Amino acid sequence: MAAQPETIDQVRAVTEQKYKYGFTTDIESDVAPKGLNEDIVRFISAKKNEPEWLLEWRLRAFRVWQTMEEPQWAAVSFPPIDYQDAHYYAAPKQKVGPKSLDEVDPELLATYAKLGIPLREQEILAGVEGSEGKSPSIAVDAVFDSVSVATTFKAKLEEMGIIFCAISEAVQKHPDLVKKYLGSVVPYTDNFYATLNCAVFTDGSFVYIPKGVRCPMELSTYFRINQANTGQFERTLIIADAGSYVSYLEGCTAPQRDENQLHAAVVELVAMDDATIKYSTVQNWYPGNAEGVGGIYNFVTKRGACRGKNSKISWTQVETGSAITWKYPSCILQGDNSVGEFYSVAITNNRQQADTGTKMIHIGKNTRSTIVSKGISAGKAQQTYRGLVKILPKAEGARNHTQCDSLLIGDACGAHTVPYIESRNRSARIEHEATTAKISDDQLFYCRQRGISEEDAVSLIVNGFCKEVLKELPMEFAVEAQKLVGISLEGSVG
Amino acid sequence: MTTTGYSTRGADPTTAPAFLAPLDGQSTAVLPVVAELRAQGRARFAAVGLPTIKNEAWRYTNLRDLAKLAVTTASGDAPIDRLPTVRADGQNGPRLVFVDGRFRADLSTADGLPDGVLLTDFASACQNHSGLIAEHLGRLASAEDRPLVALNSADLTDGVVLRVATGVSVDAPIELVFVSVGRDGATTASHPRALIVLEAGARAVLVEHHVSQGDNATLSNHVAEITVGEGATLHHCKAQRENAASFHLSHIAASVAAGGCYDNFILTIGARLSRNEVVSALNGGDARTHVSGGYMVRGNQHADISTIIDHAQPNGTSREVYKGVIDDSARAAFQGKIIVRPHAQKTDGHQLNRALLLSDSAEIDAKPELEIHADDVKCSHGCTAGELDDAALFYLRARGIDKETARGLLIGAFLSDVLDEIAEAPIREAFQGFVAGWLEEQR
Amino acid sequence: MIEIKNLHAKVDGKDILKGVDLTIRPGEVHAIMGPNGAGKSTLSYVLAGREGYEVTDGSVTYYGKDLLALEPEERAAEGVFLAFQYPVEIPGVANTTFLKTAINAMRKHRGEKELDAMQFLKILREKTKALGMSDDMLKRAVNVGFSGGEKKRNETLQMAILEPKFAILDETDSGLDIDALKIVAEGVNALRSPERSMLVITHYQRLLDYIVPDFVHVLAAGRIVKSGGKELALELEKNGYRDFGVDEAA
Repeated sequence: MAAQPETIDQVRAVTEQKYKYGFTTDIESDVAPKGLNEDIVRFISAKKNEPEWLLEWRLRAFRVWQTMEEPQWAAVSFPPIDYQDAHYYAAPKQKVGPKSLDEVDPELLATYAKLGIPLREQEILAGVEGSEGKSPSIAVDAVFDSVSVATTFKAKLEEMGIIFCAISEAVQKHPDLVKKYLGSVVPYTDNFYATLNCAVFTDGSFVYIPKGVRCPMELSTYFRINQANTGQFERTLIIADAGSYVSYLEGCTAPQRDENQLHAAVVELVAMDDATIKYSTVQNWYPGNAEGVGGIYNFVTKRGACRGKNSKISWTQVETGSAITWKYPSCILQGDNSVGEFYSVAITNNRQQADTGTKMIHIGKNTRSTIVSKGISAGKAQQTYRGLVKILPKAEGARNHTQCDSLLIGDACGAHTVPYIESRNRSARIEHEATTAKISDDQLFYCRQRGISEEDAVSLIVNGFCKEVLKELPMEFAVEAQKLVGISLEGSVG
Repeated sequence: MTTTGYSTRGADPTTAPAFLAPLDGQSTAVLPVVAELRAQGRARFAAVGLPTIKNEAWRYTNLRDLAKLAVTTASGDAPIDRLPTVRADGQNGPRLVFVDGRFRADLSTADGLPDGVLLTDFASACQNHSGLIAEHLGRLASAEDRPLVALNSADLTDGVVLRVATGVSVDAPIELVFVSVGRDGATTASHPRALIVLEAGARAVLVEHHVSQGDNATLSNHVAEITVGEGATLHHCKAQRENAASFHLSHIAASVAAGGCYDNFILTIGARLSRNEVVSALNGGDARTHVSGGYMVRGNQHADISTIIDHAQPNGTSREVYKGVIDDSARAAFQGKIIVRPHAQKTDGHQLNRALLLSDSAEIDAKPELEIHADDVKCSHGCTAGELDDAALFYLRARGIDKETARGLLIGAFLSDVLDEIAEAPIREAFQGFVAGWLEEQR
Repeated sequence: MIEIKNLHAKVDGKDILKGVDLTIRPGEVHAIMGPNGAGKSTLSYVLAGREGYEVTDGSVTYYGKDLLALEPEERAAEGVFLAFQYPVEIPGVANTTFLKTAINAMRKHRGEKELDAMQFLKILREKTKALGMSDDMLKRAVNVGFSGGEKKRNETLQMAILEPKFAILDETDSGLDIDALKIVAEGVNALRSPERSMLVITHYQRLLDYIVPDFVHVLAAGRIVKSGGKELALELEKNGYRDFGVDEAA
């Protein structure tokens, strides 16, 4: 997703509005000094006025992190990251935000203009201004750099017992829920980036859907990295109690900067008996320029636990941005008959690198998982699907179907498929299929003969290739995703 | 990021001395190239030792039990009762026999081969065909990133040398028989090397038998380097039926020139632990390779198939089909990688692995991999795991066939179509016999 | 008016067209017949602008413009429509989406307002109904899983919607049984109009029983060797292409 100037103004407006509610006003410093040490961890915790247990948890994570090494197994390469050369906390001052249009690159603006539709977040954020009376379809939590700046439709949701707020607010208002579930899916020892997140996470969204409640609107978080030299470490926790349903959308943007910025988020989902969580992401972080300068390092840990019987977690992602993506939204299928789904479109162009996929861990009986991955690689980009399907001995009757398709555009890119399939139950049935192909000259010529330009033809054909995944997205996201598919591949043919 | 080999991350140098010690008494190498390769192999293996499961290439095969053994050597002069063959009764044909890795001239013959075919043991070739050895030895199998190739190179004493001259076609299958006898109360190790060169337009059929005589534990660690020249064709079939105490490790590195074809089939039935690595590199345009096999394990057996098809030039075709049956507490691993390098346009690569789990404690681990760096290619892989089809089983039983027979029929049917991948009828029939024998024991 | 003059073209370094001359006026239907390998399909691809078809000499003037200087999509927008002999499958792209993208791309090129979803659907429904096609076919991906007849009918539908000035029908009869052929021909005939020119390329005369041409030309070895009225087709049916130095049995 991308922001137009109006959006930025609106975010600023919302920011200012939010500040009226006394948000971080008692804090003098808005940016923590560069560097990472226990004092910074304490600083962040103090800024957030956190209880002792949370500070202790952060410190434990930090100590573990110091003993860890960055994972080496992914098929991505980048110069070493100096973790001391970044700010780990940045809160927008009232007037902070891109100061003017000058800060936004014209190329980026042109890109937004090409999107040609009112951007989603624009509508949403526009709706924020005193529009509680209108019939709501989406509630949004906007995270700007490190801080949640606005959560809309909160009152309406509260009537139903739904909690949707910044996680920092949840720590204050619902400490028992946070304490019970935080780190219960992704433990603080999990991996290098997730552990770092545990130590320094600044904000993110918290969702709790009570028993039997079907959340009446899409819940959405909008992430934006704005401040230079800032890492963004948000943390999202979604709990769907027995018999509940929620659909959650996540969108991401960042302005163009020449230096790389780290985004190491953690998302934890918990689905109890008969509960369903649908989590959709459209990730369009700044990918760097055509020569590979700048861009976001998107090193994200997303995991859902299907704890209850008949529970379901469905991940849908459209990954078009970031210089490097390292991301494996996973499902732990613990409850009997639980269902895990992973639908992914990843597009890499120019010098982007993506190593993405999923893990489906089948523990309970009759657990089922579906993986549909569509990878498109163009320019000099490298992309890897990496997935694990693991059937444990008690997962009687487990089923998995995996379809991984890659499309290559141009002869300088790479598309790789690395699935791991491990079965320890004979009654489990696993099917994995992968294909690699290119857009045929016949298809291109056919489209052009019908008056469609080569670039539009590529976009059309690629959208067709991704259809199985895009149809899983909520409607308004789907439209935007389709446009993004075209834009991401611009300049890749001809 | 293209890698044909494996990193040696996850290696245990402390295991090295036990495996290198038995090689101390080896005779001095006749040829400088052999001496050099031995020294390199020894140094490399001493530095890394056996791979551990932290090595990505070995994540599914743990050599822990092998590492614990104190290995020694066997004399290789044990009397042999019976030699396996794919020939119908009464026929004789070219064959080299090795007992515990040592060449047995008394059991071998190169009779019946046409002119232009050299079939001999490694030591004789070093004496009489030093040019051939110098040109080809150590060129395809790299000791650098494969610890067991390093260990094999550290030995380099015995093995097979086969050369088929330009345009020569050998119709009769050439059989290589490896019999493991071992020593009572000890584990003996052997490291045979095979050097196979088909010159332009040559054609040959090679059959390997790996069997045990008796119940002694043995380690056989094979390395084969195979050069298929322009327009040449090699059919290479291997049946591994060693006893349930043995360790069978094998690395085959084939390089196929323009218009050539390398065809490999491996049947894995025996050994406590086996691993067959097949690397087939299409280094010329319009080359083909076809690698396939069947694996059937039970008890506590462990079978590992690890293949790499490396498309380095345009218009290559590869086809890969493996099928496996896993019973009891046995475990099988399949790792198959297809690489398409930049400029290897119009590549057509297909891979299929299907595994049948017959028991509650059986396990299959599969990692079918595609690494594609060219755009105008068609590549696919498929992988399935599951149990016998209940409906089919019921259907047979409803027709009065008892459960065990019905199961046998279905397992046999599952395996039979992979045997059809063997192009040569006599070999296919012999291998069908091996599979039938295994099914018989199953009941 | 389309004027093809002394057109020479190469494919894979081989000379296929060796001086084609042909003039087509608005409203006229010309048929090009000829034996296999005469260059019929090459002519259609050259006119539509397919890559790999290299024009080495001659010109094509299309309503005053140099057609050969235009990109394929520009030619389409100018009203050149090629009904493919083998329509291409495009998985995942619904027929409706494809048609809407195409029609709007052309409208944009011509400086016309793009159609919104409602306007487009209205047109689509009318045309579909007129051609006796099912809505189901529109929802399916472009040509994916279509029978031979469905593919050709789909080409006709596209022609009806895109309303070309110059339609080239490349072996529209190939792979069709007589019933399917009739349906497609009816669709094509319904699109005949005083403003629209057509070039019907076929090997067999039978298509011309249903799409009756104004002129028939024989293309052999890269040149038009004979031209005449519709009766020429019947003559060819009787005598084959032997008179033109081609033995069909060969």
